[in-house]
Formats: sequence, C-alpha cells, structure tokens
Amino acid sequence: MNVSKSHVIANFKKYRYLLSQLIIKDIKLKYRRSYLGILWTLVEPLLTMIVLTMVFSTFLGRNGIRGGLPFPVYILAGRLLYSFFSGATKGAMKSVRGSAAMIKKVYVPKYMYPLSSILSNFITFLISLIVLIGVSVVLKVQPDWWMFASVIPLIILLIMSVGVGLILATFSVFFRDLEYLWGVALMLIMYTCAIFYDADRLSKYKWLLNCNPVYGVIRNFRDCISGVGLHMPSLIYTTVFGIITLITGVVLFYKKQDEFILHL
Amino acid sequence: MGKNIAIKADNISMRFNLSADKVDNLKEYFIRFVKRSITFKEFWALKNISFTVEKGDRVAILGYNGAGKSTLLKIIAGVLKPTEGSIKTYGRVVPLLELGAGFDPQYTGAENIYLYGAILGHTKEFIEQRYDSIVEFSELGDFIDVPVKNYSSGMRARLGFSIATVVEPEILILDEVLSVGDVKFRKKCMRYINQMLDGGVTVLFVSHSVNQVRKICNKGIFLDHGELTFAGDLEKAIEIYENDEQYGRAKRRRRRRMNRI
Repeated sequence: MNVSKSHVIANFKKYRYLLSQLIIKDIKLKYRRSYLGILWTLVEPLLTMIVLTMVFSTFLGRNGIRGGLPFPVYILAGRLLYSFFSGATKGAMKSVRGSAAMIKKVYVPKYMYPLSSILSNFITFLISLIVLIGVSVVLKVQPDWWMFASVIPLIILLIMSVGVGLILATFSVFFRDLEYLWGVALMLIMYTCAIFYDADRLSKYKWLLNCNPVYGVIRNFRDCISGVGLHMPSLIYTTVFGIITLITGVVLFYKKQDEFILHL
Repeated sequence: MGKNIAIKADNISMRFNLSADKVDNLKEYFIRFVKRSITFKEFWALKNISFTVEKGDRVAILGYNGAGKSTLLKIIAGVLKPTEGSIKTYGRVVPLLELGAGFDPQYTGAENIYLYGAILGHTKEFIEQRYDSIVEFSELGDFIDVPVKNYSSGMRARLGFSIATVVEPEILILDEVLSVGDVKFRKKCMRYINQMLDGGVTVLFVSHSVNQVRKICNKGIFLDHGELTFAGDLEKAIEIYENDEQYGRAKRRRRRRMNRI
C-alpha cells in the first residue's frame, strides 16, 4: 500500500468519528459504575496531594515554599504531569494488544488505538488541572503572565507521550515483556521527576534529573506557574526529545503496523 | 470496462512465518539472535492469485479447510496486507466476519451501535439517522440498553448483522455468517441479503454448503492449497469442488476415523 499524504489525511477524516468514539469509550468505561464518576479525576489527585503533603511536610518536617510554590501546589503540579505521562504511555502500549479482536476482523487505521488512549488520558488530565487552579487560588499563588506559557510544556509533554506511546505500542506487540519493563522504567522516571522533593537540594545527582525529559517538562511547568519563567536549556532539551521520539514513533509504527496482526 | 470492476486482485501472495516456538520475549529473541538461529518455516497461504470481480457479481469462494479462503477474505477486507501483489477494491467493503467482533462487552447495545458504526467508518449523523431501523431490525427491544456482556451469542449476532446491513455495503463479505441466530432471524437475514442482491451489491461468499451457495451466487472461485485453480461459472466450480480427488480422500479419511471410534 503506497499511501500518499493526501490519502492519510482523507483516511483520518473518514475515521475522525471513530477517534472521538474511542476516546469517549475510554473515559466512560473508566468511571462507569463508580458513584463519583468523572469527579474522580478531581478528587483522586486532591487526595493524593493531601497524603503526600502530610507525609513529607508533617512527618518529615519539611514545609513552606518549594521552587517558588507552596508545597501542595509543587507536589500537585509534579504528580499530575507525571501521572498523565505514565497513564498515557501505559495505555498506548496496551491499546494495540487490547484491541486484537477488532484488528483481526475489521480494517481501521491502527494508530487510532494508541492515539485515542493517549488523548483520553490527556482530556482527563486537562480536567484534573481544575484542582491545581483551585489549590493555587486557595494557597494564594501570585498570578503572573508566565502562567499562560505553561501551555508550552504541556504541549511538549503531549508530543512526547504520543512518540513514546507509539514506540511502546509497536514493541509490545512483538515482546510482551515490555509491559513489565516499562513499569520499572516508569518508577525510575517517577523518582527522578522531583515530584515530592526539592530538586535544588540534590547537587551530586542533579544531572540524572536533567537527563529525564519528563522532569524537564515538570520543571518548566512549575516555573511558569510560579512566575520564574521558562528554563531555556530544559525547554530546548524537552522539545528536541519530544520531536525525535514523535518521528521515531510514527516511522516505527507505520513500518511495522502490517505485521501486528501476525503476532497478536 | 474500468468502472464496472468491484475488486481487482493482482498476483496476491501471502506468506506466514511459522516458527515452531513463538519467540515473543526479549530474552529468547536475544539468545536466538546471538546464536543466529531465528529461523522461520515459511508457509504460503496464498500463491499468485489474480482475479477480477465485476460489480454486481456474487462470487462463491470454494475450497477445503486450509485452502486460504479466510485469508483471501481478510486481504480483501483490508485486515491483512498481502506479502506480494496488490488488491484494489472499488466501493465500501463491509465484512460480515464473526458478527459482533468489534463490540465492547462493557458497552450497552445502543453505545455499541455507535462504536461499531464508527469502526466501519461512518459519521455520527449517518448512524443517528439509521439508529432506529438498526434497533428495530435487531429485535432486541429493551435489551438495547443492557451491556453486551450480558447478551446471548444469538443476540450479539443479531445486533452485529443489523448494524452491518443497515450501512449500505457496496461489497459484502460473508464468511459462513448465515449459520447464526434462530431460524426466524436467519430467514430475515436471507430476505435482507436477497433484497440487497436485487440492489446490485457485490458479494463474496464463503460457505461449505452448496445449497446456500447456489441460492446466493452466480460465479465461483475454487482455491486449492492457496492456489487459484478455477474462476468463472458457478456450476463448474461446484463440480470441481465436489469431484476433487482430495475431497474424496478427505471423506474416506473421515469415514475411517468414524469407524475407528
């Protein structure tokens, strides 16, 4: 199938409704039969924020301002971004194998599955940002023009998630082990994201954090909220990383997608 | 002539790699890679198949188990990509393979109508317009708001058939689907298919039942071990199918096995 660019676009238009259906399905089924339903996207991060704040400020006696932000806001910003990344990449990884029954029977552009899973995670993530706004208002974070720039790290994170998600989706079809490996890798990413500790306190291992593109995104996001402004080296690093993973992911997925069915 | 062609298959071949033990984890793969022993046994499910189907033709695909019929249908449906050769289809292909395979068990029947419609590449408006007639055709009544996981297999098949038919296929692929549902619904399906045949839909039909084939088709293709040995007149294809030496051999083998039991 020599697919030209216009063909890809026409195909996307044809299946646009499917994409929205898959996204809605993801979100609907996640909260079906729970009493709070979609409200969980707000309650859950709020509760974990409270727990983490309690553990790290009350028990360990650390309090006050982190990176120009009140500790709860600092934690919440980090955790929301990280859990979007982890949820989206995990979802994308499992999406192709999870839709095996469908892939074997009906033709559908296969990227729909990882893409819809990432986008549904992104939508719930955007909803959960309401909590961050609420907590910031309550804790009197000074509004600043830089807040509007916080969209930039979020876009970079989305691009990164799509790239990583496509790569994982492709490989996990051929190697089931990847699901476990990625779980471990995510743990490493989480601990080097400085979600609940102050990154500036690390001096010797700071380079480890700087290598972690998710940390770069979180850092820029926090700096935008606190009004410090974008950190240029991190911005460049995460943008380049995002674009490279996106291109790799798209090319890899595109080249291998016809073999998926033989391995599912 | 070009406008009247519905399907054009050009030298299609399909290769499967059969490895005795499936390598699906990194460790195995790595060990084998180092030892250079990633060997595959090749299996050609289809070999150099070329044919054209004209619009309005109802083609029966005949052949014994393992002849490559389902593989061919999957290639036409776009699910599988042929290893070699190319296939072109003109018009909307609706595969009726294993009805309801695309359903989400947690979704209700109503939600699945939209989901399945979207999978077949339709817009929201298109499905909304036809929603009522789909529900009516399926005869599910109030069950339409029950999650599909609680459906019986007959109910699921009914819903699947209803969705697939209401969406006006131009090329219909039938793979022994007519053996589902109760007699009443099966008759209804046959009526519907006949109605579509009158409307000039192109059909590809796989069945082992010569009677059903005669009812629906006007042309036949005979596949033998992945090779196209005959394409053309239906009666001739059926004759080959019934008189093939292998058919007799298989029959004898079956009889022998029966005797042993």
